Amino acid sequence: MSELVKVQVTVNGTRYEHTVEPRMLLVDFIRHELGLTGTHVGCEHGVCGTCTILLDGKPVRSCLLFAPQANGHEIRTIEGLGTMDNLHPIQEAFREAHGLQCGFCTPGVIMSVLPFVEQNANPTEEEVREALDGNLCRCTGYQNIVQAVQLASEMVASRKAEAR
Amino acid sequence: MKPAPFDYYAPASVDEALDILSEKGYDIKVLAGGQSLVPSMNFRLAQPPALLDLNNIPDLAYIKPAPDGGVVIGAMTRDSDVEHNPMVAERFPVILQAMPFIAHPQIRNRGTFGGAIAHADPAGHLPAVTLALNARYHIRSKNGDRWVGCDEFFLGPFTTAMEPDELLVEVEIPALPARTGTSYHQMARQAGAQALVGVAAVVTLDPGERVAAARIALLSVGETPVLAGRAAASLAGKLLTPETIEAAAEAAATVDTDPGGDIHCSPEYRRHLIRVLVAKSLEEAGERARGKRG
Ligand SMILES: Cc1cc2nc3c(=O)[nH]c(=O)nc-3n(C[C@H](O)[C@H](O)[C@H](O)COP(=O)(O)OP(=O)(O)OC[C@H]3O[C@@H](n4cnc5c(N)ncnc54)[C@H](O)[C@@H]3O)c2cc1C
Ligand code: FES
Ligand code: FES
Repeated sequence: MSELVKVQVTVNGTRYEHTVEPRMLLVDFIRHELGLTGTHVGCEHGVCGTCTILLDGKPVRSCLLFAPQANGHEIRTIEGLGTMDNLHPIQEAFREAHGLQCGFCTPGVIMSVLPFVEQNANPTEEEVREALDGNLCRCTGYQNIVQAVQLASEMVASRKAEAR
Repeated sequence: MKPAPFDYYAPASVDEALDILSEKGYDIKVLAGGQSLVPSMNFRLAQPPALLDLNNIPDLAYIKPAPDGGVVIGAMTRDSDVEHNPMVAERFPVILQAMPFIAHPQIRNRGTFGGAIAHADPAGHLPAVTLALNARYHIRSKNGDRWVGCDEFFLGPFTTAMEPDELLVEVEIPALPARTGTSYHQMARQAGAQALVGVAAVVTLDPGERVAAARIALLSVGETPVLAGRAAASLAGKLLTPETIEAAAEAAATVDTDPGGDIHCSPEYRRHLIRVLVAKSLEEAGERARGKRG
């Protein structure tokens, strides 16, 4: 075993400090050390997208980072969005538009498109499909995911307008 | 699977990194964006005893103008930062044209410009694009530094002119002459999948619209990115017409390369793609050169 290293991270606004082996993948750190099992793990080589999280606000694959690389950084996972009683608009849109079936791919899809949805009020289908090109879904055939993302963009934009 | 154990070093400066490299040599691997190295460690295809993580060295991430109209890109600059940089867009639109083909946005948020070049994947987009642009790579070790031109850098699949104690620190792309146009085209089975063939073309025309210089670089057609020298030479002093373009594409597919096949692509199909993509890239680069766009 190699020397253990200390990892200090802020995840969804909460600070954590754990000591781990350097080879621990960030996705395993999030799931097993922090108990946040909303982030899923599939292929472990960057292809499927289900492990996507926000690292300092940007979507990245958490299966392609080692836990110590997150030291001092800020992470957002699916648990950091809405609650059961108060869904985030993107979660509401996925429910409304039936953007999921088994739900395995969904956390990764949502974290991948979250910045996109916040920046694009009225994206075309083509733009949405491009934003989704790094996430595989074996159930839906993508059609409803595309519609859910379009709906989410509208909902986020209209909430912003209301808040003004 | 999970990676084998390794010792982890994450220095905060280039000097410190070079000290560690000179001490460990073959027993340590540089970790840049990790988008190629970590998958191979997860599969235990690679089991380095130690990793040298460059991600805590902010000094290696920058995009600077070179005085003559070129640009210098620090090795640890993320692909997505290059993709969204206005100066790169203006001076070297061909880099922008190629960027979206590199995997997916989430991977470009992490993968680095220098990492892609050091990795020297014969199917990689950036080795070929920088080869077409006649780039130079700045390499440092504890004992000094040197510049290696793109024509001498790529030695074989995943093999470069760098020694184990050397670090790629930056990439310099020289300014394009006036009346130069560029273009990038590729074919893959699906968005983000490895290119079956890719072509980067840089064409400079003289005032009479004859070809003054051309560089055509191909990927996924051999052991390294390949410069199609005969194809380029066949165009020298000629107008870009459907006939001269077709002759150049034919030379690229038959003289400059001898592509192999794999389960995704027979050698014949690969030759076909070379012809089509070289022709398309030359045509577009020529049009842009006439419009004096980069
Ligand atoms: C699912 C997926 C699909 C992909 N598809 C494509 C594709 O279609 N086309 C494509 O071009 N790329 C593709 N990539 C690869 C991606 O672009 C990588 O980012 C890139 O190849 C390597 O860059 P990196 O910064 O991640 O390097 P790393 O993975 O960190 O390193 C790669 C290698 O280079 C060495 N190295 C890195 N930086 C330096 C340095 N500064 N000095 C010395 N040595 C160094 C490392 O030791 C290692 O051996 C894909 C990646 C994934 C995960
Ligand atoms: S588990 Fe990370 S991309 Fe598939
Ligand atoms: S909903 Fe089942 S994989 Fe996407």
